[in-house]
Amino acid sequence: MTADLLLLAAAIDAKTLAFLLFIFAIATVLGFELISKVPATLHTPLMSGANAISGITIVGALLATGAAGDNRISLLLGVLAVVFAVINVVGGYLVTDRMLAMFRKKDGPKDKP
Amino acid sequence: MKIASELINIVAVLLFIFGLKRLSSPATARRGNWLSCLGMGLAVVVTLLQPEIQVFQWILLGLIVGSGVGAFLARTTPMTAMPEMVALLNGSGGLASLLVGWEQYHHQSALDTYTGVTVVLAVLIGGVTFTGSVVAWAKLSEKITGKPILFRGQQVLNALLLLITAIAAVIFVLRPVEGYPVFLGLIVAALGLGVLAVIPIGGADMPVVISLLNSYSGMAACATGFVLQNDLLIVTGSLVGSSGIILTQIMCKAMNRSLANVLFSGFGAAPAKAGAAVKGEAKPIKAGDAYVILEAARSVVFVPGYGMAVAQAQHAVRELGELLENNGAEVRYAIHPVAGRMPGHMNVLLAEAHVPYDQLYEMDAVNPIMDTVDVCVVIGANDVVNPAAHEDPNSPIYGMPIIEVERARTVIVLKRSLAAGFAGIENLLFYKDNTRMLFGDAKASLQALVSEFKGV
Repeated sequence: MTADLLLLAAAIDAKTLAFLLFIFAIATVLGFELISKVPATLHTPLMSGANAISGITIVGALLATGAAGDNRISLLLGVLAVVFAVINVVGGYLVTDRMLAMFRKKDGPKDKP
Repeated sequence: MKIASELINIVAVLLFIFGLKRLSSPATARRGNWLSCLGMGLAVVVTLLQPEIQVFQWILLGLIVGSGVGAFLARTTPMTAMPEMVALLNGSGGLASLLVGWEQYHHQSALDTYTGVTVVLAVLIGGVTFTGSVVAWAKLSEKITGKPILFRGQQVLNALLLLITAIAAVIFVLRPVEGYPVFLGLIVAALGLGVLAVIPIGGADMPVVISLLNSYSGMAACATGFVLQNDLLIVTGSLVGSSGIILTQIMCKAMNRSLANVLFSGFGAAPAKAGAAVKGEAKPIKAGDAYVILEAARSVVFVPGYGMAVAQAQHAVRELGELLENNGAEVRYAIHPVAGRMPGHMNVLLAEAHVPYDQLYEMDAVNPIMDTVDVCVVIGANDVVNPAAHEDPNSPIYGMPIIEVERARTVIVLKRSLAAGFAGIENLLFYKDNTRMLFGDAKASLQALVSEFKGV
């Protein structure tokens, strides 16, 4: 169901909406379950790692830019969205990795990626 | 082709899930982060292969510029500046979601009701995330005051702006075609709401704000997913949204305050009301005296706080810790959940100084053994070790769980002066019989102790 932009002109049908809300609910619960047992030591990397994942909005930005056509303002908005989403993604993952590379056990070797 | 890209999207989601799962243990966390990064790479590649995408040169430009800026920020930011860096990245994601929503409307102004509603949500949540994060960044990097900014009629203004935003949103959704001015107004309102939401919150409450904004950025991505009817965006955005809420809850619980109290009370703006009268007097000591106490100690607990980050004292702490261990003492680091300016802030700084993570103890693990500890060294921590949280029902922090350092045989507090902590509350710990004050810059004091040890 990757966005078919032409379909957006039409109202969403009830079944699709129900499906989207369904996966939204499931994913929200799953998120709670995944995170609730994370030790305090990892709260910062967890946060910045999740932050990088929220850069998934890059997918929307790419679709918007790619379909902008000749409309200059649309194109500008799309490209800016791509830039900011990529800053979020690249910055987020690199900074998380930089932090995690520092965590080590006593006398243990560093965790390799 | 369609089905293939759908399947790859599912793989990407699974990689995000397993990546997050692996972030729950230090041994697997680094690999987890790369798994999730791989998922993101897959999602981007699959999206670029969609037939809807016709222009590539602009996309390429955006990808290159964004990657360059992101990599530069990630490589050059010092560890002590991580809280504001995370805030900034977060704001960047929020702004991207806002722009995606805007582009959808600009591209296709005759929005049906469903799309209208979701575009408004993406723009509002994205906008609040953006300016909220920028204000948090400014506060954390001390571009503006870290104290709560309050003014007369603030609550009324907030409520009014919220009401106007809601009405404007309804008007826009009903008549999107001629609604461009209303839409621009909505963007401005969202940006304004983000600013107003964060300025009344003080620096010490930032761990809560940062996790909450993190949650918002996920929800903003989720909203753009509803706009585009894209399941990958919805699933991934809501994963991040709910994980941010969990962290927010953990932070609030660690302060024994409700989220509403953190967000709306302007905590720490007004000087504390009459607390219990301070009994006893503070007993200052010199580094030489502190050395004698530490030299005889068999078990030592370090309690770091935001002051350690400000003084950049983490390396000196580790050095002293190692000397104490060589001297036969058992060394632990006790970390309060809200010490510092973001969740886990102290852990990152100590990791940077190569303190092994198995020496770091959470509050609940260290409090039960506190009676057996010879010396507690408090480094730039204040409210999180203030016994007023137990002893003084009138104190604003009464009921907040603290690291009970006062139960150790001796407490050495490294601090510049006797000034009250962020919350403006007198710290009863400084006046206890078993407390000694080592005044001065935390880093300088620690280095003095280190050279005492080395000099013998």
